[in-house]
Amino acid sequence: MPKPVDVTTPSDREITVVRVFNAPRELIWDCHTKPELVKRWMLGPPGWSMPVCEIDLRVGGAYRYVWRNDADGTSFGSHGIHQEIVTPQRIVTTEAMDGFDGEAINTLELAEAGGRTTLRINMLFPSKEHRDGALQSGMSDGMAMGYDRLETILDEQKVG
Amino acid sequence: MELMSYGQTPAQLDATFSALADPTRRAILARLIDGEASVTELAKPFAMSQPAISKHLKVLERAGLVSRGRDAARRPVRVEIEPLKAATGWLEEYRRVWEANYARLDALLEVLKAPAQPQD
Repeated sequence: MPKPVDVTTPSDREITVVRVFNAPRELIWDCHTKPELVKRWMLGPPGWSMPVCEIDLRVGGAYRYVWRNDADGTSFGSHGIHQEIVTPQRIVTTEAMDGFDGEAINTLELAEAGGRTTLRINMLFPSKEHRDGALQSGMSDGMAMGYDRLETILDEQKVG
Repeated sequence: MELMSYGQTPAQLDATFSALADPTRRAILARLIDGEASVTELAKPFAMSQPAISKHLKVLERAGLVSRGRDAARRPVRVEIEPLKAATGWLEEYRRVWEANYARLDALLEVLKAPAQPQD
């Protein structure tokens, strides 16, 4: 069973993702900032790979990611600039996604306690349309709408 | 906008997302999936007054997530599934992408932790 990932929309311009890891935050930091490590896990939907991952880890330094659908060869990329870097606990970047105008501000925060690290990513978009567009981009081809799962999802939300 | 499918305008989706942002309202919807209910029946499992529940229902109704029956005495509340499908579909698919990413990250972290052990 995968550990739960909490995805919420705290406002109409935001998406927040929270996940707990059984690892010190230095390791999780490395896995977000060293391209050879990022490429091993940040792959998105099944069947996608990450052929391009370039990270210039300095304030004002750029990064670029490209994902590729290995079945049909289509690709999708995003890029941005590092705004703030506090090793190993906080990174603020801009993010522009290919095919979408406008930039999001992404804040990654890592908090360690008792050997566990809570990862929190907040994405702030210029508008709700940008936010909704980004949510949909996560559902690429091959990710059929499993509406039969709806009841399961809602069951998880039920009060004790 | 072409991407805005499932019969939802951006404004409707916005209302849906705001309505779903509250845990009590999500719990009310979860209860209604099992079948329609009166306000009294809905208020029962929550430590909340009927007016408080009614307030949440108004938000859900404005978002098109629930509708009220005509039965004057009982006015049963029922869930409207379409807007819910649109919103939970997007969020759920997005969540699953990250769930898969982080499952891979878990595995990678285990590999990275391993070399440190002989030095302990």
